[in-house]
This record gives sequence, C-alpha cells and structure tokens, in this order.
Amino acid sequence: MKVSMTVNGKTYTRDVEPRMLLVHFLRDELGMTGTNIGCDTSQCGACTIHMNGMAVKSCTTLAVQADGATITTIEGLANGSELHPMQKAFWENHGLQCGYCTPGMIMAATKLVENNPNMTEAEIRHGLEGNICRCTGYENIVRSVKAAAAQMGGGD
Amino acid sequence: MYPPKFDYLRADSAANALELLAANPDAKVMAGGHSLIPAMNLRLADPGTIIDIGRVADFKFLSANDGYVGIGSGTTHAEVAASSDVPSALSEAAGLIGDPQVRNRGTVGGNIAHADPASDLPTVLVALDATISTVSGSGTRMIKAGDFFVDLFETALNDGELVAEISMNQDGANTGSAYAKLSNPASRYAMVGAAARVTVEGGVFTAVSVAVGGLTPKAQAAPSVGAALVGQAATADNIAAAAAAVQNDLGDDVMGDIHASADYRRQMATVFVKRALTKATERAG
Amino acid sequence: MGNYVGKSMKRVEDPRFIQGQGRYVANLKIYGMTHAAIKRSPYPHAKINSIDTAAAEALDGVIAVFTGKDLADSGVNPIPCGFTPPDIKLPPHHALAIDRVRHVGDGVAVVIAESAYIAYDALDLIEVDYEPLPAVVDAKAAAQPGAPQVHDEVPNNVSFTWAIGDEAAVNAALAACDHVVELDLINQRLIPNAMEPRAAAAQWDSAMEQMTVWTSSQNPHTIRLLLSAFTLGIPEHKLRVISPDVGGGFGSKIFHYAEEVIVPWAARKIGRPVKWVATRSESHMTDAHGRDHVTHCKLGMSQDGIFQALHIENYANMGAYLSLFAPMIPTALYHTLMAGLYKTPVIYGVTYGTMTNTTPVDAYRGAGRPEASYVLERLIDIASRDLNMDPIEMRRKNFIQPDEFPYQTPVALIYDSGNYDAVFDTAVEMADYSAMRAEQAAARAAGKLVGVGVSGCIEASGAGPSAAVVSLGAAIGLYESGAIRVHPTGKVTVLTGAHSHGQGHETSLAQIVGDELGIPISDIEVIHGDTERLPYGVGTYASRSMAVGGGALVMSAQKIRDKITRIAAHQLEAAVEDMVYDRTTGTVHVKGAPDKAKAFGEIAFAVTLANNLPAGMEPALEETSYFDPPNFTFPNSAHIAKVEVDKDSGEVTLLDYVAVDDVGNIINPLLVEGQIVGGVAQGVGQALWEHGAYDAEGQLLSGTFMDYAMPRADGFPQIRVGRTVTPSPSNPLGVKGAGEMGTIAGTVTVVNAVMDALAPLGVRHLDMPLTAEKIKAAIAAANGGSN
Repeated sequence: MKVSMTVNGKTYTRDVEPRMLLVHFLRDELGMTGTNIGCDTSQCGACTIHMNGMAVKSCTTLAVQADGATITTIEGLANGSELHPMQKAFWENHGLQCGYCTPGMIMAATKLVENNPNMTEAEIRHGLEGNICRCTGYENIVRSVKAAAAQMGGGD
Repeated sequence: MYPPKFDYLRADSAANALELLAANPDAKVMAGGHSLIPAMNLRLADPGTIIDIGRVADFKFLSANDGYVGIGSGTTHAEVAASSDVPSALSEAAGLIGDPQVRNRGTVGGNIAHADPASDLPTVLVALDATISTVSGSGTRMIKAGDFFVDLFETALNDGELVAEISMNQDGANTGSAYAKLSNPASRYAMVGAAARVTVEGGVFTAVSVAVGGLTPKAQAAPSVGAALVGQAATADNIAAAAAAVQNDLGDDVMGDIHASADYRRQMATVFVKRALTKATERAG
Repeated sequence: MGNYVGKSMKRVEDPRFIQGQGRYVANLKIYGMTHAAIKRSPYPHAKINSIDTAAAEALDGVIAVFTGKDLADSGVNPIPCGFTPPDIKLPPHHALAIDRVRHVGDGVAVVIAESAYIAYDALDLIEVDYEPLPAVVDAKAAAQPGAPQVHDEVPNNVSFTWAIGDEAAVNAALAACDHVVELDLINQRLIPNAMEPRAAAAQWDSAMEQMTVWTSSQNPHTIRLLLSAFTLGIPEHKLRVISPDVGGGFGSKIFHYAEEVIVPWAARKIGRPVKWVATRSESHMTDAHGRDHVTHCKLGMSQDGIFQALHIENYANMGAYLSLFAPMIPTALYHTLMAGLYKTPVIYGVTYGTMTNTTPVDAYRGAGRPEASYVLERLIDIASRDLNMDPIEMRRKNFIQPDEFPYQTPVALIYDSGNYDAVFDTAVEMADYSAMRAEQAAARAAGKLVGVGVSGCIEASGAGPSAAVVSLGAAIGLYESGAIRVHPTGKVTVLTGAHSHGQGHETSLAQIVGDELGIPISDIEVIHGDTERLPYGVGTYASRSMAVGGGALVMSAQKIRDKITRIAAHQLEAAVEDMVYDRTTGTVHVKGAPDKAKAFGEIAFAVTLANNLPAGMEPALEETSYFDPPNFTFPNSAHIAKVEVDKDSGEVTLLDYVAVDDVGNIINPLLVEGQIVGGVAQGVGQALWEHGAYDAEGQLLSGTFMDYAMPRADGFPQIRVGRTVTPSPSNPLGVKGAGEMGTIAGTVTVVNAVMDALAPLGVRHLDMPLTAEKIKAAIAAANGGSN
C-alpha cells in the first residue's frame, strides 16, 4: 500500500505492507534510526515521535495510519544547527546516560512542556509516565524538563 | 514487534465503515489501535482484515447540551481528559489511562468495544449510567453501559455494529463524581477501579451511584453502596460504612494475578470506593 | 588541581544521543543484510522429539532455517562458564538446544530471512514436537530429593557448593552470644532490562576469512576471546568484535550469549550479513536475570550490640545453564562482603548453586554485593529493634575505625581505606535525622505508618587484582589497558579497553588525560568498543573503569610526559632533571626559566620530524599501559530513607531519600551523582516493585513490561546525594568506583524503612518486592486478622 507523509519537513512516499509499524517505516524505510524501540507492549516510550503536533508512540501506530501525517522525529527537533531547548537542557543537566530512551524522552517532554509550561515537579513526573529510563533514576530528567520549561515558557 | 499480515481497509465515513464491515464480517475494527496493535506486536492477535475507522469524522465530537454530554466514539482519551464538559469522574479516569502518548491516540469507542476488564472507562460509564449509541446496517441502538459490558472482553455489540457515541448526564448542581484506582505497578491498568457520582443536598446524600472494575470480569454496578448512603448525612463515617457494602455486589468472579490476589482486590474495592465517594462528595460541595 | 578532574563537565558524547545519532547495533545496515529470528521454547522443560522446518523454509523470503543440531554438526562448541570453583559440575550450554529445552525461551531454531517481518512469519511455521517434562523453579527446592533433574551432569541439581570461614567456630560463638537474630529471607529474581534490547550482527569476508561481529556487549574483547577459543573457533586475529553505542548494561551485557554464536555462524554459512535484535519479550526470557537467593542467616551479638558471629546458608538459583560469571556472584562476590562495615570477628558462609528450569542468572548491578548487604543490613536492622537501640548507633558501635586500615576481614578481603563515621555524620546531617525521627513520632501519634530506614553498605569494586580473582576461580585476569596516541598536530586519541554504555567515559577519561597532559579536552577523543582499534582490554563492569582503566591511562600519560620532557630537555639543551612539565598548560620548561619552554604541540610535531631527538629515541609519541591493581577498592555508604505506608491499602510512598557515599576521589561529580541516583532507583525498584516471577510449573509470569514493574518517574521523590572522600590507595587516581553503590544500598534502605513503618505492629520481616498486598496482609495480621 502506498503511503505518503512529511517527516522533518520533507515528504516521503513509499509502498509498504499495511502491517508495517510507523517506527519501522521511519527506521528501515527512511533510515532515520534516531527513534528507538525499547519494548513491544507500548510501555517504554523510546519510540515517541510527534505526529500532527502530538506525542505518539510509533511502535503502536501503523505506517498506514500515518498516511498524510506531518511527523517530527528526534532528528528533526533542532532548528538547523540550533538545538531545541529540551535537547540543550538534557545535555546541560545530565538528563541521559546510555542515551537509548533519550530521543523518546525528549520528544515526550517537549510536548508536555508545550502543553503546560508551568508544570509542578509532580506533574512532570506523572507526565513522563509513558517513558521508561533505566539509567538515570529520572532525577536529572525531571531537572532537564524544568530547565527547558523555563526556556520555553509561554511557548504553546 | 512484527505484526502478522492483514488486509487493510480504511473507512472515510460511518456509512462507509458499515459497508466495509458488512462486506467483511470477520474484520477487526480499529480506531486508534492502542489495544489491537500491541496485541498484534506480540502476535496475540491475527485479525486477517482490519477496518480502520480512525479517520471517520462522524465519530469525532464532544458536545454538551442541556445538562447532557455526548462524546463521539472516535474522541481520544486526551480530549476527554481535557474536557470540562464531561463528568469529573470521566475526565479523571481518561487522564489515568495509559500515558500521554497513549491518550493522544487511544479512543473512547475503541476502549469500550475492547471491554478489557482492567480498563478504567467501563467502570466510570457504569457509575454514570451512560448510554452507548451504536450504528449498524439495521439502524441505531441505545444501550445502557450496565448492559453493554457483558463479560471479559465481551460486549453487547452485534456483528456489523459500531459504537457511535457515549452520552451521559453532566455533573449537575450539588453533584460530584470521581474515580479512584489501584494501578497495576507494571502496566498501570486498574487492578481495582472505583467510580462514584453523588448528589448532596442540605448535607444529605440524595443520589449515589457507584461502580467498580478491574477486579471483576466486567465493570460492576454497586447498588448496595448507594442504598446504604442515600438519605444519610454526608460524613466520612457514613461513607466508610457504606463503602463496605460494595462487598455485596462483587459476586463470585473476583480475579487475581501475580500483582494482587482476588482476596486483596476484594478488600481494596471497599477502600477505593471510599476514596471515590470521598472525592465525589467534596466535589458535590 | 588540574583543569578538568573534579569538575562537573557536560558530556562530550551527548550531542549524538540528543540528536538521534546514537550508534546502536540495531541501527546497523549493511548491503545484503539479512535478519534472524529465533524460535524459542514455550516449555520450561521438555524433550525435543522433532523439529520440522520445511514449511518455514518454503516461505517466500526465507533464506535458511537452522537447528541446534546444524550448529553442533558443524563443530560449534557449547558456551563456556568463566568462573569455575573446585568440584563444580558444568552442564553443557548449547547456543541452540539440541534434544532438550530447559527454560521458557530456550532457543531451538533460527530463521534467516530477507526481513524481520518474514523471519517472524516463518517462526510460526516451525513445528516442534515437544514432550513436556516436570520442571523445578525454586533455588532450594531444586536441591531437595526427588526434584526434577535439569541436567544429567548435575546430580541433585547442585552445581557447586562454596564455603568460607570456620563453621564450628562460628557456631560456638553464636552459642555464647547474648542475643542472636535469625532470619529467613528471599532476595527475589530481577530482570535487568537495559533499555536497549540485546542485538548482534555479523559479516563474513570469505576471501580474507575474516569475521566482524557487532554486539551490544560491555566487553567486546572477552566476547572475541570466547568466540575464538571456545564457541566458534574463529582465529582471534581474524575476528573483530565491535560494541558501538550500547544502551545500558547493568551487568546483563557482560556475558557470552547464544545469539553471539548463532549470528556469526549463520553469516558465514549463508555468505551474507545477518542481524538479530531482541524484542523486549525475548529480553525477558533470555537476558541473564539477577539475584534469586533463598537464605537463612544468623547474627549473634552481645547485649550491648557488639557483633560476635555471623552464619549464612544460601541457595543461589543459577537457572537452566551456567552463564559466564554466574557461579562467581553468590560466592566470591557475596560471602566476602559479609563483614560489611563492621568488625564481626568470625563469619561463616556457604552457597549451594542450583540448576533450575528458569532463565540463567548472572551479574546484575552490584552482583552479589547487594545480596550480601541485604542480608547483613536486614539482620542489623532487626537486631537494633530487638535491643531497643537506634540503628545508626548500633552500626557505629561496630564500625572498623579509620586507623585500622588496611583491615583484614574474616572473609578474605583486605579493606584499603574508609571513614564510616564520617559518611554517617554527613548523612545524618543531610537527612536531619533527629528531625526525621521526631516527625515520625508525631506521625505515629497521629495514627500514621511512617518509617525511617538506614543502611551502611560496602562493596568491593574496581575489579580487580588478577591474581586474586583467578585464584578464586575466574578464567580471566581483570587488568585494564589504556593507550594514548599523540598525533603530529598535538591532537590526542585515547584508546581504552573499558567500555562505556552510559557511564560517560568519553568525557571522564578525557578529563583524566587532559589533566595528566595539560591539554584541552577538545583535543582528545576517547575510543572504546572495537577490538581492532584497541589494545586488549577487559571491559566495563564491577565499577572498574576509572579505577583500573583510568589507572592504565595515568600510566600511559606518565610515559608520554617523560618522553616529552626528555625531548624538550634535549632540544633546549638542559638536563632532564632540570625540566618542569606544567600540567595545567601542557608546556615543559627549564626550572627557573619559564621562557625556555616547549609546548605540547611543538614536541608532537618535533617527534614527527624526528630529526632532533635524543640519541636512540624512537620517533613516536604513543604509549600503551596495562594496570593490574594491587587490591579491590571499597566504596561505602550511609543511606537514609523515609516512607509512608497507607494503612488502608498497604501502598508505600517514598517520601525522602538521602544517599551519602564515599566513592573515593571524583573525576566528574555530575556523572558520579548520576550513577548514584540511577543506582538508587534500581535498588528501590527491587525493594518495592520488580520481580522476575515464575509460576510453580516454570512459566515466566513477568514476560513483558505489562507484568514486570519498571520504576517510573512518579515513583520517586527528589533523591538527595552527598559525599565524603577517602582516596583509595589502590590506584593512581584514588577513585573507588561509583556504579553500583546506589543499587547496593538502595534496596535494603527502603526495605528497612518500610519495616520501620510497620514496626509498631510487630512486623519483623517481609520479602521483596514490598507490594501493597503483602503489606496490607501484614497490617491485617497484626490487627488480629481484621482490616
């Protein structure tokens, strides 16, 4: 089946099986391997991307469902060479260790802050419920999100 | 992580969905896909044909009118969670489903048609006495939530029939509703969920509706709790005493697993009914 | 003080991770690449009568299907065990089972196909005729008469019995004690769950007879050695193993896994590259699990709380096969830590390593040391309550004192340094311990169940002295390599045998070399994880990379400095002993004449010209060193946690957590704190949520993230971290290692806190994970069965 979508500003058309997951489409068809796969039950959030402006788990979305969609992946989050404030905040606050959950974590956190730049710490922790990190104990991730929120404040 | 092969049909309207379903009676209907795709990823589901109703605009609405709110079956959990038109118990429960990413894609209709006993929405819809409207080739039907959920993963939907809308009374004057949940520590699904809607007038409960889920094969109304509470003063002691009456309504089919035994869940039904009632009562004030 | 060491520097590796440019094995794409999927046993124990692969082979897009027999027939050898105490029974561990499967997930066949989707389709077409056999799951039950036998080679399922200490002396001392605390406890099985599922890929160059293997491993050189000398027999010089970015390990990526054998074997067989990537469900079934001990323990003491004797009897579940280091964990890394921070004079311990029909168990963050700390610190916690003594006070009474180092414990180790009172002083102050106790008293008076938990833990890390570990039974030495290559322009490549899979070595090792040589870290690139580029190395585990890998780089830097100094002396016509190497600027000058100087870059270029070097000097600025430390290092900790238990439901809320650790000198505080906090979270995960659970028949019940409770962000308060520093004398940097202390202490601290909350109800001990249900049942039992 033919699907077409705009990923990080560029439109791609491919002929794929209906069963192909969006995350496989991004990784294997488009070669954008920044979006990782960490589980098979829609729990870990490593595969989080933005689809039509919303954070979505690309392992729980078929490529055919994304036909016509506008997608941003971690590779497209920065504005050219200028890192997104969330990327910068993760770097500055040591919000990552092995880096595997990081793309999904950053993509999820970006939308959390866009939707509510004034989250409490408890709201941040609850908001990250769909993203599992095994390395950091989340402390520096929460710090990173707070720091990014301060930079992104008013962004909506 | 690699779903089995299937044929994919995309509906562009409710009528088109019904046509496709009539022509492919064994097909699986998919809205957001957030119950179906994980099952296919584990190869626990092998639907053969999928009819995608995720783009059907007819099912995407949320509107309140005259104390009544109607929610299109294609409405996402995130949209319900963010709505101030729906009863508090419903927005609260919708906000506890999965996680933000799941709530952005998962739909109300898909959730209830799946009838997972550990899901949050069925419990709330039973407590709120919601009406589920369906469409099929032979017209429309209105089914009370209490009748819609039949058993484990089983609903009153007939072959060829789709959920179109879920509707219910808003939380009116002197009325509050709430949902309380004991989450599975791994999946975050409900091991015990309790929903309550109460009306308090002059410090006295004049209407109480309670349901529990997560521990029983289907969401279960708990009329004994309401019966124990209506006419009583809205006090913590009365709530605690009445909450225990949920035990009369649980039946013999309470379920357990490695995370919580049936006995424990049974005990927790009282605890979480109490929590839901307490919160609902505060909101009624 | 240098420019870098001791400073919280942002990581140089982060730009690739935050922009989606991580180089994980799963991202690899090679021309002609095929995809492997493995057919796995749904049975915990069964005889294989037959395997029919015809339908799978006939599927369009399937290239080949192989079984265990195919591998064995072509000469593939079983996967070895690398720690073999005397009299161990070593059952064969085939990469694919041949005639019997022994745990759910045991591989029986591999499909190689044009896509992963097709490979998985083919799995469904493989027909295996199994004859189910009775299974055994529990570590202790496996050793009882009549238990199902997992291997014919291991009678009674006891692979080894390992003991240390004088049991008669311990029993006599216990008999003479005023008070003995006796406890049965279970340290439950965990599933490590690094977020990157394991992956392996391989490419065979038939003309050159050269194999390249990519694997998500913590120690590529060890994997090369094992592939070469044991499993596949590919000559070591024709075998390149690359572990690029690895998404977390926590021990689980140390071992030589079946897929690392199957994938290169298949790549050679079919003449095309092969890639295999685990699904998370596969990880749950096949990554080596952690912990799983059943323990009976006794601690004897005088009435005033002075420890007199300790007795440990332990059953350790090895699972269905002996994973690479499995027998080391509940023996040499467990019983030797039973002295803890204390001067207990006599200690005896025995472990029975038993085979069961479960996934193999091996090192998981802390590896033996968390289990040891759990036993000891639970016993002390109960003892302090029995004797009505503050738990910190009781610990302080028994501490080894700062002037007693080096301290020979009764269980083999010689502790090198420490000041345990200082660690506790800092923790007590940070936590405001007395205020915490006062708040607890007030909460209790108000009818709430609030608990404060304390622990003082130690680990032996920085492994380690090769002679010691080999004498204990290890089949490899544990030194580490470090090479420094100075390029003509003065830029520097650092090569380390240690491996970073989240630790941030590309930053911390650059900080070390930057300060040793006095050059900017932007001029340094740290390379790891490729056997073809690096000197032989051992890899990263046991918190060894800074202590041992860092030590090797200090040695190489010293050699570079010496050579630069000699060249500068020669060119400036001064005596070598009159030269000063300024480690803040990287310049060498004549003492008392700072303008008679040579810069680092000048010497680098001069070496390349090679026309004006001291007589006989080789024209290169490249040095390789191997550091084999004289002793382990001994990080230690004082952690304090505060929890509240909901009386109605039994749910636990972690309210506060203070972690104070002495991990010796610190290279990068930001990274060390990250290690500690992450470690604590894993420890708390074991205490409250995580459980690799099997049913009695051997089915894995926690097979996905739907049933294995991973810690999430909302499970924690802010974790507060403090430190004290006593430098380790066992390595040039004075570091002790920070990777595991958090996990070792985190588990028992939180359990102690919950037990403290329940103490007024008379609850003495509950096994982990402390689920709401278990706690609620204990509350109900204390209330005479009512709710």
